[in-house]
Amino acid sequence: MSNRLINWFKYASPQTFYPLAGKMIPWFWAFAALFGAAGLTIGFLLAPSDLQQGEGYRIIFLHVPASWMSMFIYLVIAFWAAIGLAFNTRLSGMMASALAPTGALFAFLSLWTGDPRRADKAGAILALVGVVNIPIIYFSVKWWNTLHQGASVSLTKAPSMAALMLWGMLLCALACWMYSIAIALMRVRTIMLERERHTDWVRTLLGEKE
Amino acid sequence: MHWNSLADFLAMGQHGPYVWGSVVVMALLMLAEPILLLQGRKRLIARLRRQYRAERSEARADRQTTSRRSKD
Repeated sequence: MSNRLINWFKYASPQTFYPLAGKMIPWFWAFAALFGAAGLTIGFLLAPSDLQQGEGYRIIFLHVPASWMSMFIYLVIAFWAAIGLAFNTRLSGMMASALAPTGALFAFLSLWTGDPRRADKAGAILALVGVVNIPIIYFSVKWWNTLHQGASVSLTKAPSMAALMLWGMLLCALACWMYSIAIALMRVRTIMLERERHTDWVRTLLGEKE
Repeated sequence: MHWNSLADFLAMGQHGPYVWGSVVVMALLMLAEPILLLQGRKRLIARLRRQYRAERSEARADRQTTSRRSKD
């Protein structure tokens, strides 16, 4: 039991997490490419057209994953921020900062792909406060139902859409997950070097140790 | 395969500009983000190496002056 605890905290140190993250990054890129190719093939080539929205509905294969990601990433940032505040681990703050730009990117993409008329640091407290937006985003589909169709996929009901559409969407969402993890790991490694530049392990790593 | 022709595929039922425009924007941004990250990382590593070297030569110069003074 105590061993397991020690192991977890071992990876909370930037020095041990840095090489581990480096090894994981190519795998997440590979899965991102795999899921992305499968999801887009199903979504753009195989899935049937929508009865009401015709072919234009295919935007969901981009729009829905982007919107989900912007919400999930915010939740993950809040999670790391809370861990950081509770345990005062260095890595948590770095993870939160590494995710913030990618969360913003997906929020932008969600809005961009959601409107046919084209109309570093958030800080731990800010992220925790900002999380109140998540239910607002989640329910926005219901509240502003004149602007946006009702939710086809929700936490409480079985999805109401063709299986191929659903699978295409889920695979695209999974690809965005893998992409976000790969990017966050890449960014956190740079943040580690920057913040830990005065330590011996960074000097040794860059081959500049006396 | 859902489509009968390439033209149908590109037209996206009159939503072509919207759908394909979004595809292009999303692809560009998701390519740009890792490229910018890698560039930033390279810049940081080069900066840190310069900094470390400067610190080392400074330390060496300090040692030399102190050793010369102790001989006098």
